[in-house]
Amino acid sequence: MSENQLQVNIVAADHEVWSGEAKLVVAKTIVGEIGLMPGHEPMLAILGAGEIRVSGGGSDIKATTELGGFLSVENNEVTVVMRDGGLDS
Amino acid sequence: MGAQLRVYRQRISSAKTTKKITRAMELISASRIAKAQQRVAASTPYTKAVTRAVSAVATYSDADHPLTTQPEKIRKTAVVIFTSDRGLAGAFSTNVLKEAEQLRTLLQDEGKEIDYYLVGRKAVNYFKFRKREFKKEWIGSTDLPEFETAQELASTLTEAFLTDYDQGGVEEIILVGNHFVSMISQDPRTTRLLPLEVVEAEDENEAELYPLYEFEPEVEQVLDALLPVYIENRIFNVMLQSAASEHAARQKAMKAATDNADKLIQDFTRLANQARQAEITQQISEIVGGADALGNTDQDN
Repeated sequence: MSENQLQVNIVAADHEVWSGEAKLVVAKTIVGEIGLMPGHEPMLAILGAGEIRVSGGGSDIKATTELGGFLSVENNEVTVVMRDGGLDS
Repeated sequence: MGAQLRVYRQRISSAKTTKKITRAMELISASRIAKAQQRVAASTPYTKAVTRAVSAVATYSDADHPLTTQPEKIRKTAVVIFTSDRGLAGAFSTNVLKEAEQLRTLLQDEGKEIDYYLVGRKAVNYFKFRKREFKKEWIGSTDLPEFETAQELASTLTEAFLTDYDQGGVEEIILVGNHFVSMISQDPRTTRLLPLEVVEAEDENEAELYPLYEFEPEVEQVLDALLPVYIENRIFNVMLQSAASEHAARQKAMKAATDNADKLIQDFTRLANQARQAEITQQISEIVGGADALGNTDQDN
C-alpha cells in the first residue's frame, strides 16, 4: 500500500459492502462531518445517520446508513462499520 | 393374495413414502448449509472490525462503563437459548436444552435467579410443557436469521441488563447455542455475553499493539455506542452459527433416516418374497395333494 493512499473497507452487519483504495473519505459522525486523508492519526469515531463518500480511488462511491455505526482509522487503513444500509447505486 | 403378504406390501409402500420425504429434506438441508455458511463468512469482516474496535477502546480506556463493570455479586442471570423452530434435526435442539439444564443447575447452586429468553419453537415448547416461566420468545426465523431479530434481542437484553436488580433487571447474560464445527459435528456452547470479557485477539500470535486512538467525540460516548453494536453482533453471530448447525444436523439426521428406510424396504421385500414363495408352495402342494386324492378314488372304483 502506498503512502498517500487510504485502504478503505466498508462493512455492514451481514456482508462486506466495499473495499478498495481512496484518497479521501468523508463521513458523518454524531458531532459533525469528518474528512479523512492519508496520514490521518489513529481515530475511532461514532457515525450518525448519513452518507459516507469515498473518492480519489478508481471509482467514487457513496453509501448511506440509517442507524449509523462507527469508523476507525489507523496506518492509512479506514474501516467503516455500518449497522445497516449499503451502497447507493 | 395372502394376509401376511399384504401386510408386508403395505409396510414397504409406507417406508417408500417416508424415504421420499426424508430424501427431499436431506437435499434441501444440504443446499441450505452452503448458504448458511456463506452468511457466517459474509458477516466475519463486520465481526472482526467490531471486536477489534471494542478491544482497542477497552484496552486504552479506564472508562468505568456499566456494561464492562463486573458487579460484586451476581444475583440474577439472563439465559438465552437458541434452538430451532422445527424438529427432524436429530439431537440439535435436545443438545442445547441439555446444556441449558446443566447451566441451570450450576447457576442455581451459585444461588442465582434465572430469567429465560428463548429463540426457536422447540425451546418454547420445552418450557411450556414443563410449565416453566420465561421472559420472552422469538419464533419464526431460526433457519434464516435476520439481523433485525438480533437487534431486537440485543436491545431487549441490554435494557434488562441496564435495569437495576431491584426493579427486575439482570446482572449477567449468558448465551447457549449450537456452534458449527463442521458438517458432521456441532457443539452446544455456552458463552457469557455480559458483563463483557473482551477477548483481546482470537489468535495469540496475532495479538497486536493497538495504536493510541483519538476518540470522537469522547471515550465514554464511543464505548456507549460501540457496546450495543458489539452485543448485537455477538448475538447475530450465534444465530448464524445456530442456523448453519441446524441445517447440518438436519441433513445428517435425514440421511440416516433415508438409509434406515432403505434397509427397511430391503428387509420387508425379502420377507414379502418369502411369504409369496410360501404361498405358492402351499398352493402347489394343495393341488398335488388334491390330484393325488382324486387319483386314489379313481383307482378305487
